[in-house]
Amino acid sequence: MSVYPYLVAGWLMAVGIIGIVRGRNLVQTVICLSVAQSATYVLLLSVGYQRHATPPVFGEPASKPNFHVVDPVVQALTLTDIVVSATVTALLLSLAIQIHKRHGTLDPNELNTLEG
Amino acid sequence: MSFGQGGSSALAPLAIAVPIAVAAILQAASERLPRKVVDAVATATAAAVTGVAAALLAASAGGRVVTWSAGWLPHHGFSVGIVLVVDPVGAGVALVAAGLVTLALVFSWRYIEAAGGRYHALMLLFLAGLEGFSLTGDLFDMFVFFELMGAAAYALTGMKVEDPSSLQGAFNFGIVNSLGAYLSLMGIGLLYAHTGQLGLPQLGHALAGHRPDALVLGAFVLVMAGFLVKGAMAPLHFWLADAHAVAPAPVCLLFSGVMVPLGTYAAFRVYWTVFSGTLPPDDVGRAFVVLGTLTGVVGAVMCLGQRNFKRLLAFSTVAHVGLFLVALGTVDADGTAGAIVYVVGHAGAKGALFLLAGILLDRYGSVDEVNLHGRVRDLRVERWLLVAGGLALACLPPFGTALGKSLAEDAAGAAGYGWAPVLFVGVSALTGGAVLRFTARVGWGLGTPPIVESGTTTGDEERETQPLSRVPITMVIPVVVLLAGALAVGVVPGVGRAASAAAHLFVDGAGYRHQALSGAPTGAVSTAGSGWTTGGVLIGLLSAALAVGVAAAGIWSRAVRRRLPAVAVGAPALKVLRRLHSGHVGDYVAWMVVGVAALGGLVGLPLR
Repeated sequence: MSVYPYLVAGWLMAVGIIGIVRGRNLVQTVICLSVAQSATYVLLLSVGYQRHATPPVFGEPASKPNFHVVDPVVQALTLTDIVVSATVTALLLSLAIQIHKRHGTLDPNELNTLEG
Repeated sequence: MSFGQGGSSALAPLAIAVPIAVAAILQAASERLPRKVVDAVATATAAAVTGVAAALLAASAGGRVVTWSAGWLPHHGFSVGIVLVVDPVGAGVALVAAGLVTLALVFSWRYIEAAGGRYHALMLLFLAGLEGFSLTGDLFDMFVFFELMGAAAYALTGMKVEDPSSLQGAFNFGIVNSLGAYLSLMGIGLLYAHTGQLGLPQLGHALAGHRPDALVLGAFVLVMAGFLVKGAMAPLHFWLADAHAVAPAPVCLLFSGVMVPLGTYAAFRVYWTVFSGTLPPDDVGRAFVVLGTLTGVVGAVMCLGQRNFKRLLAFSTVAHVGLFLVALGTVDADGTAGAIVYVVGHAGAKGALFLLAGILLDRYGSVDEVNLHGRVRDLRVERWLLVAGGLALACLPPFGTALGKSLAEDAAGAAGYGWAPVLFVGVSALTGGAVLRFTARVGWGLGTPPIVESGTTTGDEERETQPLSRVPITMVIPVVVLLAGALAVGVVPGVGRAASAAAHLFVDGAGYRHQALSGAPTGAVSTAGSGWTTGGVLIGLLSAALAVGVAAAGIWSRAVRRRLPAVAVGAPALKVLRRLHSGHVGDYVAWMVVGVAALGGLVGLPLR
């Protein structure tokens, strides 16, 4: 297993965070959050990956016990993660739409109802 | 091997499943149901969950209640199943959560008008998240429940879609908390890669006895990041004030009363069960004491400078979370017992104050200290309740906050932090004093109307109801119940001893792992006597007296500023601190990175 996917995961998390920190638009902020979350997908899937292994699908009759498959647990985790992500992204985007309706801007630098 | 499969072990899944099911039904049927029915069903559900949690607390007093879902029992320390492990601390948190949701729903009968059944469904989903988060014994489930309560909480915060600041607060809250959750998930992924496990007991079993390497340390810091964002540890706390300032009052009650303390609970639950066998407690404890002290100071100073009452209370929550972190950072059972009592007492006091803020908002359309100056004189009962809440926050004996504070101070002193009482008294006096100052100004019109300063959030906010001519009794009763609860924690004998027993089980990571994996109950727990001491009562009285002094100084502040040059010198520093709370989500995330790095440095550097 190469170290490459782990570097990609770390890089995705880093650019996602940098994007949120430097963001000039709330939609961009939400997208960058999704980018940061993609890091978790890459990390989880690469944890379970094995070279030359098959997908974890067992047909009938029951397969041999030491059948060589990739780890199904992390795939289930990733699916759960994607569902969570869809919910949170949709919610945050709807908030961004409402903010644009009320403030007429999506630039976080121009929102100043909460400070001090 | 014996896992109790009947009786109490079936209760834990119920506490999670029932509110989700009812929430789904309410969401589907709320259009067709009259408002009164929706109120009744939601409140009854929350009350039923409270009953379940109370039964769990009673059952777990004799030892942990372990439930392996669908009977997937472990073999030789390995299991593919998902486990719920209920110990008294987990059950106690679940009980407080369900009780607070019940009171919040009662308060909402006359409070939230527009939202219809959606509000109730969200509250019940939030409850399910809180229950699941406190009862689960599985790290990935903690992430899932964290996000469930997160999503419900973001939606509840931004419910007033007409109010611009409400949306901004919800947005900041959502971004910062979700990013924290994803950092936690990265840590969970690393732990899984390292051990092939996700359950707390299995993970702890796999890590115990090994020297911590960079991977374990990195996983620890990442997992903690999400929980400490929720737990509002400085400098990860910025979202909290924004969210609290804009969320409806009953939602604030849940945030400050249970959700934020639950973040610190989770951090230490995971430390004790997973990492206590590998990361040395001294290093971890020291890191939390340092960051907790910072949190307490930042929260207390910011609290004093607020004119928006809800934001003032929010910063007081930050300050108190700092104290909880210091108490838990003693990494022993006595400090943990103090934190437990303090958290429960604080939930009552702070919850009552937030509901009173809701009453003020409904009646006057504002929670602003300047605008309300002298206008609350006609609420004769409520202004005295505000005083009581302020004194409870200032740890006046016999409120439960004072008992918790005294236990925590003793434990911190014994753990070598002799200066801790100064921090505890200072934070109690400053936060309680800020509440008393607000109350004296708005309720009695003391002092001259304060000078308006720019650069602070005002307290003008959209009402959640039509303006009320008189305060409905259903809004006053929850306040009284909460204050009575805060009092009962300190007065009812045996609370200290029960907390001590619960704390001993909580910090016994090895016992937790052993019982969850083999089913063998742990031996009897030693319960040292822990209750009121003369010193504790005296220090409590001192902090309450200081709080009154702080309030008086705040009311006649111009005179104070002229006589005390130190106050004037501190003003520029305060201005810088205020400017950091910018409302800009990018700034908050940058600080979060700094905070996570600081935690990593504090825990990791001594290991080299």
